[in-house]
Amino acid sequence: MKRVVVGLLALGLGLGLAQQAPLKIGVVVSATGPAASLGIPERNTLLLLEEQTNRRGGVAGRPVQFIILDDASDTTQAVRATRRLIQEDQVLAIIGTTTTPASLGMIDPVAEAGVPKISLAANLEIVFPVDEKRRWVFKTPQTEQQMSVPIVRDMQAAGVRTAAYIGFNDAYGEGWARAFEAAAREAGIQVVASERFARTDTSVAGQVLRILARNPDAVLIGGSGTAPVLPQRTLRERGYRGLIYQTHGVANPDFLRVGGELLIGTRLPAGPVLVFDQLPPDFPNRQVATSYVQQYEGRFGIGSYSTFGGHAYDAWAILRPALERALRREQPSNLAAFRRVLRDEIEATRNVVGTHGIFNMSATDHLGLRFNEAAVMVEVVRGSSGRLEWKLIRTFR
Amino acid sequence: MDWTIFSFLAADALQNGTIYALMALSLVLVFAVTRVILVPLGEFLVFAPLTYVWFLPAEVSGLNLKGQIPGTAWLAAAMLLWWAILDRANLQRAFFLLLSALAVVGLAWWGAQGVPLALGWILAVLVVLPIGPASYRLFFEPAKNASVLTYLIIAVGLHFAFAGLGLVFFGPEQFRLPPIWPGQTPIGLVPVNNQAFLVYGFALLAMVGLYLFFTRSIYGKALRACAVNRYGARLSGISPSQAGYVSFGIATLITCISGMLLAPLISPAYFQGFLLGLKGFVAGILGGLISYPLAVVGALLVGAMESWAAFQASAFKDAIVFALLLPILFWRSLRSHEIAEEE
Repeated sequence: MKRVVVGLLALGLGLGLAQQAPLKIGVVVSATGPAASLGIPERNTLLLLEEQTNRRGGVAGRPVQFIILDDASDTTQAVRATRRLIQEDQVLAIIGTTTTPASLGMIDPVAEAGVPKISLAANLEIVFPVDEKRRWVFKTPQTEQQMSVPIVRDMQAAGVRTAAYIGFNDAYGEGWARAFEAAAREAGIQVVASERFARTDTSVAGQVLRILARNPDAVLIGGSGTAPVLPQRTLRERGYRGLIYQTHGVANPDFLRVGGELLIGTRLPAGPVLVFDQLPPDFPNRQVATSYVQQYEGRFGIGSYSTFGGHAYDAWAILRPALERALRREQPSNLAAFRRVLRDEIEATRNVVGTHGIFNMSATDHLGLRFNEAAVMVEVVRGSSGRLEWKLIRTFR
Repeated sequence: MDWTIFSFLAADALQNGTIYALMALSLVLVFAVTRVILVPLGEFLVFAPLTYVWFLPAEVSGLNLKGQIPGTAWLAAAMLLWWAILDRANLQRAFFLLLSALAVVGLAWWGAQGVPLALGWILAVLVVLPIGPASYRLFFEPAKNASVLTYLIIAVGLHFAFAGLGLVFFGPEQFRLPPIWPGQTPIGLVPVNNQAFLVYGFALLAMVGLYLFFTRSIYGKALRACAVNRYGARLSGISPSQAGYVSFGIATLITCISGMLLAPLISPAYFQGFLLGLKGFVAGILGGLISYPLAVVGALLVGAMESWAAFQASAFKDAIVFALLLPILFWRSLRSHEIAEEE
């Protein structure tokens, strides 16, 4: 009798464990290093989502486990972390990473092992063109091309005929230079100067002078973080009176803090989540964005949210239903087959409303966003409290 | 390029060149006396203003630090303590160093509580200053009579350590500092930031000060003796370690004050010092790292090259400035042997 009880207990325990075996998802983000201001909200968001998903009974009754690794904003470390997640942790899918170069580096290891990956970096090249390797790669943030269109439309509406560009002398700045120049040409706006500066520069007087000599109606500054304050300040100090545009890479509170007063009037495209509370009531992702920001601020403090965490939220918003569908077709214990099924299911994503837009993936489009919902134009204004704020000035629906 | 553009570029070149000149002067001073190429000087340049940010009232800095003591104070105090332990045989000096370590933390605490801007400015310099001489005692003096290359390797290592600590202490983003003298004054066509005049004023002061120091004071003459012939200087009773502390101290002081004056013009971040220091080094190389006047000329030349390159081909700006090194190094290696002779 006793033996039977022990046997039953063991069986019950065994079954319980089998049911409890978590679905492992690998995550690589840049929680330290130069991209940390982007990577930290992404990590925080995923921690929040993991806890929330498991509290609500997991995915199809199974708990999820996010194995989060830091790549220190470094490509080599991102690749190493990816291999570790695939080989040692046997993850079903990977979310990451924060930066474009590292995300490009991760394509080879995930394609070799056949693991679906959702990147959180901007560049179009991560998912385009969809070839043998990029079959396995998806992403959630808007591309420079998609963000260039709103800028050019806003310039047209403001009657801009000539524009100048000054951007980082790295992948970010070059990507924006190409995207913006192409979009401007299409819209009949002449790009009269295209200059570069380094993130670490302490003076951009030479570049700014060249721009001033051409006297453009508007200037676009292609940089991220707080470094784009310098060209803007130099432009204003040297008496430039035209419109100044920035990119969504500056949509963070530090930019407002460092730039201060002189930023008033700056326009930039951004994911709608940045101004979630100013979106028109019928804006399709208003509700998702609002609920995300409330959850995030509830956990990490008022004013702590940024658009970057939204990309991580969207990655899980896509992955979660895809996992549910894949679980109906295949057992996760059959790892290689399950990863293949999961890839197909991510590609079959339709009408997933995220914080940044509505995702409709296809065999040729592994991003699935349209700029109409994924981008809005905002302007830096002095708020009623006397602090600088983002103000929604234009949507493109 | 017309006259307007030329004068604007010249103003920019002068501002950058002056900072490079101050860095080059400090580098030449340290190198001449100790044979150390002080790569981490760039970090000292940004440490002082970043420390100052921690002493600013919340409404000026835009941060909410809640009286937190900046990491540089702990670093300076730890280095002084370590120095005290190394020199424990000399009780009087060890005691003095211990007191200094306590004083640094005390000053930083006082600053972080909220003090008037001017006082915070001075406190920030005082807190960062000991890091210079302490670096010499802790990292370079133990490697006595090492080759220039060994010293350079230590210096590069220190640069990486300080830069990494800078990231930990101050985070990856830039900060905004209030100018001492706000506004602009037009000089001819060019509006010049008033803060830039303070930089020029300090540069002149530093040059005249160094000249008087080296020609009039006994310490300055001792340093010069060390620079000319270390062995001979020792035979005449000049302590090489003392000369090391003094040269590192003066270099750090010049660098810290330059950084404090420059910071409102550039919005400093932890990573910005290195490139400024490197360009100062290029300027110093123009003078073979031994001639002060040539270093200043070199600095202005680097500034001018940089402005011109930024205007003509901004994507290759730094490449052009550093490419300047190649012909100069080539020319110097054909002409002179003074660095090699020392070893």
